[in-house]
Order: sequence, then structure tokens, then C-alpha cells
Amino acid sequence: MSEPKITAQATEEQLLYANILEKGMLIGLILMFITFALYVFGIMPSVVPLDEISDYWNQPVHLYLEVIKTDFLNWEHHPTGWTWLKLVGNGDFLNFIPIAILSGVTIICYLAIVPGLFRRGDKAYAIMALAEAAILALAASGLLAVGH
Amino acid sequence: MIKNMFRKLGGIYPSLVCALTLNPVWAFASESGALAPVAVESETAWWVWPVVLLVVTFVMGIIAVLGGVGGGVLYVPIISGFFPFHLDFVRGTGLLVALSGALAAGPGLLKMNMASLRLAIPVALIASTMAIVGAMVGLALPTNVVQILLGATILGIVVIMFTAKKSAIPDVKQADALSSALRITGIYHEASSGQDINWKVHRTPLGLATFIIIGFMAGMFGLGAGWANVPVLNLMMGAPLKISVATSKFLLSITDTSAAWIYMNKGCVIPMMVVPSLIGIMLGSFVGVRILKVAKPTFIRWMVIAILGFAGIKALTKGLGIDFF
Repeated sequence: MSEPKITAQATEEQLLYANILEKGMLIGLILMFITFALYVFGIMPSVVPLDEISDYWNQPVHLYLEVIKTDFLNWEHHPTGWTWLKLVGNGDFLNFIPIAILSGVTIICYLAIVPGLFRRGDKAYAIMALAEAAILALAASGLLAVGH
Repeated sequence: MIKNMFRKLGGIYPSLVCALTLNPVWAFASESGALAPVAVESETAWWVWPVVLLVVTFVMGIIAVLGGVGGGVLYVPIISGFFPFHLDFVRGTGLLVALSGALAAGPGLLKMNMASLRLAIPVALIASTMAIVGAMVGLALPTNVVQILLGATILGIVVIMFTAKKSAIPDVKQADALSSALRITGIYHEASSGQDINWKVHRTPLGLATFIIIGFMAGMFGLGAGWANVPVLNLMMGAPLKISVATSKFLLSITDTSAAWIYMNKGCVIPMMVVPSLIGIMLGSFVGVRILKVAKPTFIRWMVIAILGFAGIKALTKGLGIDFF
């Protein structure tokens, strides 16, 4: 397939990426305002009471998680990885939804541009885009969790 | 000469606001460090620190725009040095702060063709992979070691900001084989001259190799990496300055995403810190863009260098267990 002519205009893939990124960013931001309001105004209950969160944010993350596990959740394991999904009925963990959207929209952008890149015969970039989406998905999966 | 000094100090608004907003932080936070192994009941109402964070990140957002730096490079050293939050949470939030700035700016820069997807994709592949490694290593190391390394890195950034030159349109005589094969080239419209500028890059393998280090450090310290992206893209690889700045900003949305997920999955995200920080930085950036026309960018940049220098020394001394201030 012949190479597309380079112009001062953004390519089709670039515009597609930008549009998806913009929509994802706006959705994430708007949701963040809503979920944070539900949290700080006490409209939804929270796992860690609002007036106690400041007792723990100066501690290393493993101690913070230990406190949440034993004192607030009575779980056998720390609330790490995607276990926050079980806690979205609580105002504090509900905020993870918009955070996840903002963090995850890039994966969608990369996947969206792959078909167009293959169609134009740009195999190198299509493979790099797929590789990037895979790496970001691996990071998001929680399989790479290590800690102190 | 004195009149000149006062004229330069005419940009005193940001420094006054910084002094006012940081002062109570210095007073309260320096002793409430992150070493207590058990819960320490705070006498301060729960909403005070998030509000202070909102105000400080708002000022940071303004200064970041005026000083030509990213929010991430200011956030981690300043918040970790002067607030009572543990470095684990500060790094996680710092990445999300840098990410939010990139998400806000990225779409526009891509649409204007100032950020180049062709330049970003191979760079991002390397940087984001190493950011994951950096985040994993950073979370595995003892906090004081990370604190010391952070302090040293911040002071290194200060040196780079102090000494790095910029090249508006570098003279790239010939694209290297790799960039030619990948067709990393483009045309952008330079508004100041009304011309379309053809650009290409060179030293691509060296540039990509440098992003191994940049990505690693970004993930380890929760910094945004814009401070390193721009010199590498502009001075090493020869991309025009505007393309380098725009592509760097866009790159952060990929590099920081990868590391942010590691911190999130490890539980290093507290919404009560993240949301006020994101709102503060974004509102501050919004205001900063509007006052950019009347502010004195050179003075602001020097102030940023001074603040970062101070924060770097604070991080070093904190990691070494020395209590100077």
C-alpha cells in the first residue's frame, strides 16, 4: 500500500485517538466531581470515616491497608487490585471509578487506532499500538503487584 | 539597578501566594512526618488538609504554566516535603496529577498536529514499560532510600533546568535509518511566522535508549517526566521545540498511565488526596494560561528552580533523617 502524503493536518488515526481521549477525559472528570461530592458531603457511607482518614495517610501503604483490612472491612486480604469494585457502594471507593476511567482511556485509544493502521499497511505502528495496549492492560490487571 | 529588581519582583504575586499557602504547611507538617507505625490521631479537622492541598495545587498549577514545567515535577517534592502524607500516596497521586494535565492538554495538541503520534508511539512503548518497572522497584525499596534518591533527582532536575538550552528548530541534516523506516516525520504550522515547518529527527536509537531511564524514574518517583522528555526530543533527537513540548505533554498520558495503575493496584491512592489535587492543578493551569500574557515568565522560572532546589534538599534531609527544617 502506498505511503500517505504527509501534510500539516493531523492524520485520521491521530484525530480518532484525540477524540476518544477527550471524551474519556471529560466523562472521567465529570464523574469525579459527582462521586467526590457524594463522598465528602456524607451522602454515601465510607469504609474509612471522613474524620478518621487523616489518621492513616501519613503511614506506609502496607500499614494503611492492614488497618483497613482488619479495623474497617474485617477481610482476610488487603483491598488491593480490583477488589475496590466490591466496595463501590461506599463513597471513598466509589471515587475509584472515575480514576480508573481516566487511567484506562488510553488503552481504548490505542485499540481504536489499530484497525486503521493495519488498513493503511502501517504494520509496524499497528504492532506497536497493540503491544502498548497489552502493556497498559497488564499494568491495569493487578498481576504486577509487588510492595514493601 | 534597585528599580530593575523591584520590577522583576513585580511578579511577586506567585511568591507571596506560595509563602502564604506553604507557611502553615511548614508549621504543622514538618513534625508530623511519615514514620509513625500506628495511627496518630490528628487534632486538625479532616477537611483542613484537603482544602490546603486544593489551594496549594491551585497555586502550583499557575506556577507550572508560568514556569514552563509540568505539575508532576512540582507536586511530589513539594507535597512530600511539606505535607503529612506518606511518600507512597504522594507518588501515586503525583502520577495521577501529571496524567490529568496530559489528558486535558493532549486531545487539543493532537488535533492541532503539534503533538505527533508517530513520534510518541515508539517512545511511549519504551517509557511506559520502564515506568512500570520503576514503579515496582520504587514500591519495593525502603521509603528513606526512595526519599534520598528523590532528593538527588530533584536537585539534578534543578541543574538541568538551570543549564539546558532549547532549540526552536534544530538543524537535522538527515534523518537516521530508524526514524526513516518508521517515518517519524511531520509538518506543523508555525503561527509566529505563518510558515509550514517540515521536521524530522535523528539519533533515534540513542533517544529511545534514554527513554528507558526517563520512564524508570517517572515510575519510581511519581514524577511526570516532562522535564526530561523535552530536552531529549528537542536537543538529542532534533524535533522542533514546539513539537517536543506538545509531544512530551501528550506522552505523559501514556507513561504516567502505566505507572499509575501499579500504584493504584497497590492501594497507593487515597481519593481525599487525589481529587483535591486534580481539581487544584487543573483550575490553576486554567488560570495560569490566562495570566501568562502579563506575568514575567523568566522570574517565575527562577522561582520554580528555587522552590525545587529547596524541596530537593528537604527530600534528601528527610531521607537521611536529618531535621534541618
